[in-house]
Amino acid sequence: MRRTARILAANPLSLLGVLLVSLVIVGAVFAPVLAPFPDHRGAVVDFTNFNKPPSATHVMGTDVVGRDLFTRILYAYRISLLLAVVVLAIAVPIGVTLGLMAGYLGGWWEYAIMRLTDVFLSIPPLVLAISIMGVLAPTLVNGMIAVTAMWWPWYTRLVYNIARGEKVEGYVLAAEVIGASRIHVMFREILPNCIPAVLTKMTLDAGFVILIVSSLSFLGLGVQPPTPDLGSMVAEGARYLPDSWWLAVFPGLAILVAVFGFNLIGDGLRDVLGADR
Amino acid sequence: MIPVLRLAAKRIGTSLLVLFGVSVLIFCIARVIPGDPARVALGPNATAEQVANLRAQLRLDEPLVAQYGHFLADLARGDLGRSLYTNRPVTTDIAEFLPATLELILVAGIMMIAFGLPLGILAARFRGRWPDHLIRVLSLLGVSAPSFVWAVGLMLVFSYYLGWFPIAGRIASQFEIGRVTGFLLIDTLLAGNGAAFRSAAAHLVLPAFALALSGIGQAARLTRANMIETYETPYIEMARAYGFPERRVANRYAFRPSLIPSLTIIGLDLAALLGNAFLVEAVFGWPGLSRYGVQVILRKDLNAIVGTVLIISAMFILVNIIVDVLTVLLNPRIRHAQRGATP
Repeated sequence: MRRTARILAANPLSLLGVLLVSLVIVGAVFAPVLAPFPDHRGAVVDFTNFNKPPSATHVMGTDVVGRDLFTRILYAYRISLLLAVVVLAIAVPIGVTLGLMAGYLGGWWEYAIMRLTDVFLSIPPLVLAISIMGVLAPTLVNGMIAVTAMWWPWYTRLVYNIARGEKVEGYVLAAEVIGASRIHVMFREILPNCIPAVLTKMTLDAGFVILIVSSLSFLGLGVQPPTPDLGSMVAEGARYLPDSWWLAVFPGLAILVAVFGFNLIGDGLRDVLGADR
Repeated sequence: MIPVLRLAAKRIGTSLLVLFGVSVLIFCIARVIPGDPARVALGPNATAEQVANLRAQLRLDEPLVAQYGHFLADLARGDLGRSLYTNRPVTTDIAEFLPATLELILVAGIMMIAFGLPLGILAARFRGRWPDHLIRVLSLLGVSAPSFVWAVGLMLVFSYYLGWFPIAGRIASQFEIGRVTGFLLIDTLLAGNGAAFRSAAAHLVLPAFALALSGIGQAARLTRANMIETYETPYIEMARAYGFPERRVANRYAFRPSLIPSLTIIGLDLAALLGNAFLVEAVFGWPGLSRYGVQVILRKDLNAIVGTVLIISAMFILVNIIVDVLTVLLNPRIRHAQRGATP
């Protein structure tokens, strides 16, 4: 672990990633302190200040009802990060457990789990999330459900491929010979060898969850106004191009910065841990 | 050739099973809709009797399994039901909107290969030097923003500020092109209208590029990784020992075997474009299947939702089969191994 950290620190791109992600996390966590106009996160209207270009008071300008864009972006980060954490916290354990079962137990389990995985992976990810969100009411919790439903199969497939290879290794046979239970073999023997690959994927995916969630709300199928969300801010801003360019450009850049940061870290991790698909 | 055919047949068999699973999944998702789709379709002013009639017509009052049975029976006859939104058969709608989306995706796919592979070759040749680092950063940037952000950015710079490309739509409004294939690039050529062809092509550039950006990065990364692996094999050393120029070593000996794994992922990426097209079509007002998809989802148009997702998934699966078969055809090692191996 320490070796990993040291190699990462020697890679300027990974360092940049850590910096960007730290900035985003600090901005999100301390939004109530850092935001210049904390009440602008809700349904506030200030018609004396609407649609103002970036200035000293409003560093990213104001939106069409006069709310500070920088404030709204900080609060939007809170929701994006929360969603990323919750989605991964649910999808990863489910996906990993199913992958271990399919890979280690084999037989009927393998067939049933992997065909189910195939079904989920046969619908383009965004299309699956869009159709689920289409029938559910567009709320935060439903958004989590939709994105989680499209995410777990990727971990199942990843862990399945590793577990299938590890199953025939000497250490697994040794554990079986001395009478270890199936649960023990799966979670105590095989799982530790899947961790590097899973961790790398999780880092990359933290960024991609933010990206998918913003895509849903861009289409009007995500978090609803007045809750600030990066995707719906870009969608609204796109209607006022090219004059009020800041409305779409800054939320768009905000997505780019966060996802780019996670990608840089994940990319560095992949080099170090050699955990490729 | 025979093993290839057997592989294709086997893959098609499994895929049909998967497609059946997809249809069950989508059907279930579409039927858990909260609220009454018949009520949503008819609006708040409809009488209870009208709503009940529509419910009966849509067979919503039957048990779920029976509904699915009817759906399968209709599907076998090529009938996906009527759309409540356009009030036409869903198959007619899909036939109208699908070509625009396919045209967009195919052009994006060509861009993905045309830019991604050369960038990957370049990065591998200059491994560890500045072109490699630059390409690495660029490709990571490419996948770090959703395609709608790139679409908005490209539109702002190249349409509004520079004025190089049109802002939205598929073709300038003065052109009346008869519909033959639905692919405007082909239809304009069939009509022999050069100006219309140029207009259609110009309208395609930005949406296709916005769609292709993330794929270009991935294709470049992957080609690089595979090329580097190939570079370490003895036969490359031998080619160098013969004194072949570095360019020829790269393009001829290192690239060809690296193409095969790249192809698999590019196939998957191409299929993923089907999802991202939803976002790009929304930005550029592209009259394709994805825009139709969003409309019917917002209106809770059951038949149209099920039909659209089913068609998209079928195309997704089809692309994967084609990629699998191509991989085998291109790779002599798998091609010959298939013959000896027992399935």
